[in-house]
Parts: sequence; structure tokens; C-alpha cells
Amino acid sequence: MQGLDSYFGIHADALRLRSQRLDLIASNIANAATPNYKARDLDFAAALDAASNGGTATPLYRIPVQPSADGNTVELATEQTEFAENAVAYQATLAFLGGRISTLMTAIKGE
Amino acid sequence: MGGLSLFDIAGRAMSAQLVRLNTTASNLANAGSVSATADGAFRSLKPVFETVYDAADRATVRVTSVVGAGPAPAMRSDPGNPLADKDGHVWDSNVDETAELVEMVEATRQYQNNVELLGAAKTLMLDTLRLGQ
Repeated sequence: MQGLDSYFGIHADALRLRSQRLDLIASNIANAATPNYKARDLDFAAALDAASNGGTATPLYRIPVQPSADGNTVELATEQTEFAENAVAYQATLAFLGGRISTLMTAIKGE
Repeated sequence: MGGLSLFDIAGRAMSAQLVRLNTTASNLANAGSVSATADGAFRSLKPVFETVYDAADRATVRVTSVVGAGPAPAMRSDPGNPLADKDGHVWDSNVDETAELVEMVEATRQYQNNVELLGAAKTLMLDTLRLGQ
């Protein structure tokens, strides 16, 4: 299976991290009204770097543009933008993986 | 399993926002209510939100309790009111209608955000299921 892992390359790790980031942003949006909740996000480049070296990256706290009085650092505009960006990147990764899979299928079927 | 899925995260957040919306509705419904005693006067209800984490550090929200909050109900002299005590006093509820309306708009917006997130996440999950087909 190691051959298959290297065939999919960075995209397998990327998809997993995109999914983790989706969960984190969903957590932030869920806690948009919870006092003292601190929004978190992944530094995607650093996380991918760590993942390709076999490590993991911990989520970091987001720095709010304008801190609110109740200690909550979720800013919906920021979260929505990040969510949209992450969703597009997730689909891009899916497309890359899909391309690889169809190449492989073509080779196997020999059509 | 055992951890929170994306659907748990957004679903529970929607329930919490719905509790918030319901308390706002109760508050607005009781905005004009009067009482014969200071203790019996309606105090505006506020849900208390708390973050819930799973082992993988994903977070959602839950309502731990709904408490009566806000300033003390104001006493007013209204001897003609059938609820008035022997000195002719009644106590008004402490609901701030403007604040409640703002709260309602905010809760609605945040509910919608979770619905949209759920829709987008569902599409991504279905695309992932169809990978390679």
C-alpha cells in the first residue's frame, strides 16, 4: 500500500487537514455567542508541513480584529470567509484525488 | 466514534440558538405584564451558553440553564389596577423590548449561519463519498 500512499502524495494529508479545519471553523461558528470562547484555526501551511514529516500541528488562537466585551473572539465575517476558502480548497483537493484515481483506473482497465 | 461530527457541532448550535430565540419570544410576550409583588414580577429570561469540547478538541455549544436576569422590576403606583397591593403599588416586568428585538435578530442570524454551514458541509461530504466514481 505504500506505493498507493505515495501515488496520492500530499493530497491525502491535505484532505484530512482541510476536514480538520472544517471542524474547527464549524466549532467557531457554533460558539459565536458563547462568552469567553476563543476562536481557533489551523495554520494550514505549517500543518501540511508537519503532516508530510509525520507530525501534527496544534490549532492556534485567532487574533480578533476588534475584541468584544464578553471575551468572545469569534468574528462571523472572518469565519465565513475562512469557511468558504476552506470549502473551495477541499473541493480542489477532491478534484486532484479524483484525477489521480481515474488515471489509475484507466491504467488498470487498459481501455 | 464518540467525537463530535460536523453535523453534531452545527446541530447542537442550532438547538442552543433556538432556546435563545424561544426565551426572546417569552420575554417579548411578557413585556407588559404586571405583578402584585416584587418577587412575582416577570424578569427577562436569558440562556447561559457553555462550550462543550470532545477529545479531538472540536467544540460545540450547549445551554446549561435559563436564568432570570436584568435590573430589578420597577415599582409603580397604580391604585386602579386590580393587581395593586394595599398601598396601590404594582411591579412591572423588567423586559427591555429594544434589547430583546436586537437579541432576536442576532439569534436568527447565527441560526442561519449554522444552517448554511450544514448545507455546505453536507455537499462536501457527499462529494467525498463520490470520490473516484
